[in-house]
Amino acid sequence: MPPPLSRTLRIDPPTSWQFLNLRELWEYRELLFFFVWRDIKVRYQQTVLGVLWAVIQPVATTVLFTIFFGRLGGMSKQVNGPYALHVFVGLLPWTFFTNAVTLAGNSMVGSSHLISKVYFPRLLVPAASVVSGLVDFAISFLVLLALMARYGVAPTPQIFTLPLFIAGALASATGAGVMLAALTVTYRDFRYAIGFMMQLWMFATPVLYPIEIIPPQWRMLYALNPMVGVITGFRTAVLGGPFAIDLILVSAVVSLVLLAIGVSYFLQVERRFADII
Amino acid sequence: MPATAITVENLGKRYTIGVAPPGRSTFREALTGAVSAPWRRFRRLAGHDDHLAEFWALRQVGFGVPIGQVVGFVGPNGAGKSTLLKILSRITPPTEGFVALHGRVSSLLEVGTGFHPELSGRDNVFLNGAILGMFRAEIRRKFDAIVAFAEIEQFIDTPVKRYSSGMFVRLAFSVAAHLEPEILIVDEVLSVGDLHFRNKCLGRMHDLHSEGRTVLFVSHDLTSIRQLCSRALMLNGGRVIEDGPADEVTRSYERLYREPTQKGEGARDRVDPPATYHLRRVELRNTSGATTEEFEAGEVMEIHLWSSGCAPENSYTAEFKLHDSEGEVISFGSANPVRSTYYRADQQHFICRLGPLRLTEGAYSFTFTVRVWNTVAWDIWETAIGFEIIKCDLFGTGHGISNAHDGDFVIPQEWLAGD
Repeated sequence: MPPPLSRTLRIDPPTSWQFLNLRELWEYRELLFFFVWRDIKVRYQQTVLGVLWAVIQPVATTVLFTIFFGRLGGMSKQVNGPYALHVFVGLLPWTFFTNAVTLAGNSMVGSSHLISKVYFPRLLVPAASVVSGLVDFAISFLVLLALMARYGVAPTPQIFTLPLFIAGALASATGAGVMLAALTVTYRDFRYAIGFMMQLWMFATPVLYPIEIIPPQWRMLYALNPMVGVITGFRTAVLGGPFAIDLILVSAVVSLVLLAIGVSYFLQVERRFADII
Repeated sequence: MPATAITVENLGKRYTIGVAPPGRSTFREALTGAVSAPWRRFRRLAGHDDHLAEFWALRQVGFGVPIGQVVGFVGPNGAGKSTLLKILSRITPPTEGFVALHGRVSSLLEVGTGFHPELSGRDNVFLNGAILGMFRAEIRRKFDAIVAFAEIEQFIDTPVKRYSSGMFVRLAFSVAAHLEPEILIVDEVLSVGDLHFRNKCLGRMHDLHSEGRTVLFVSHDLTSIRQLCSRALMLNGGRVIEDGPADEVTRSYERLYREPTQKGEGARDRVDPPATYHLRRVELRNTSGATTEEFEAGEVMEIHLWSSGCAPENSYTAEFKLHDSEGEVISFGSANPVRSTYYRADQQHFICRLGPLRLTEGAYSFTFTVRVWNTVAWDIWETAIGFEIIKCDLFGTGHGISNAHDGDFVIPQEWLAGD
């Protein structure tokens, strides 16, 4: 005999406002795990280098940027310490962010087959893309440690603040990724726009250059880009120095707002996805 | 503990469908049209288009299902069956009305949803199980049973992209077969796989029923609906038009939709006949001379055909092709050369005595042709008339044989004990 009837589920027409059902998300946590596991497994299936690609991508970009911006562009003079290390530390959270947003943005359309055939909280799809990016991030973090040893830079106790900035990157990536995922379902234009958008966004973020080249009176406006706080904070946590607390706070507030807007927009259109995807 | 598993009340689903905008005739209009196109597309995607029509896929549908009942849904394509199942599975929301589901629901609108071709069979069992709502511990516990049911033990670590389609379907179905929901929603998935596997699946469905689970089941295969379901609902145009015992509902479904364009009892007049010489009327008669579309296996059928006038030549033939319910030609007969009967040009009425019919239960139809043998046909009357074998028990054992699973013909047979 089946177990006693556990609960009643009522299906009604969509109302004007949908709220995040945390209990349901918790019940589907295993599915999130399986989506992440699938993404990672498939990503490196039938590749020779496997997870090494997670390392090659930021390392190669660092080498390129060091040559073009650091040497030829003269950017290395603006930076305290080795420019390569400066770039790599910035690229770590940035690569995570840009990969997470791009994958999450395309994830709903990529899973359209699943969405039209089976129910689960749709939020899991972009969330899984973001979380799977964390794994690559963890791997390239090991490279950072190796690079620090190579340049003889010892971590300070400030390194223990790192989880805060990783959380900031996670919140910003989820906010932007979820928003773009929902928009892409209705407006496929965003599929083409995301790549371009992320390139522009990188130049508006202190990945290649230090924050100091932004005139002080503009810095608060600059910090409205949530990745500004994440990357300066991340860099300070790893390489030491004083935290730009005001910038970090502004960015943190913006990233939480972005997260709230992204998730609530997603929830508003979530139930219509199967009809329009 | 409520006695009902599912309550559906006044359920409706409205879709908006695009209608072609008026055409543009001048260059100026085409130019302004092209410039304003993104704006119009934006309005359409945002749901504010002027060229939209409403369409109710489902309207005022209401029914209740008690716990443990197995209910079949039948109806022609576009009747709203799939939309109903999609609402019940929470894939798409209703526009009006509500549904209450009491218990854990699993829905199976397709086999192998979420299977990833790059992953191994083992990985896919876990992934697909999780997508269908199983917990990891549950999948681990049932893993061996799933693989054994699918009969693919030695390929379980091969990527599924290297599977044959049969292996793929077996593995996918067997994950689904190990779900243990209180309510199971199934859409037309039993029609996959070979006969052996299909029977296994039907057996599994029987088990679900005997375990007291509630099952909703959509299928075009009326035989499996009759076998599995105690009750059936017929949908058409988004509404429930009949609700009752599965046997009765499937019969009336067959009666209504076997020949959707014309209705008649064993007689058909040609609709839209060609201007040239043609067949104009057909009747199917039983041995007592009455026209009918229902025969029993073993009966003799008389086919009467009438032509529109004198034929262009002497010494011609009339032919039939017999189709099964899927439209496949399963038999052929002709006045000549099969039976060396040659008709004169002024002959306008032809009779073919056919039988005894060794056909299994199910629907069949005829296509008729007139011609001089081996030349171009004067007239072909495609699927002119259908009939049904309502009972096939040629050996009087009380065990019926149906064309849904057991082929179209029964060959006389004796079963003996050997040494």
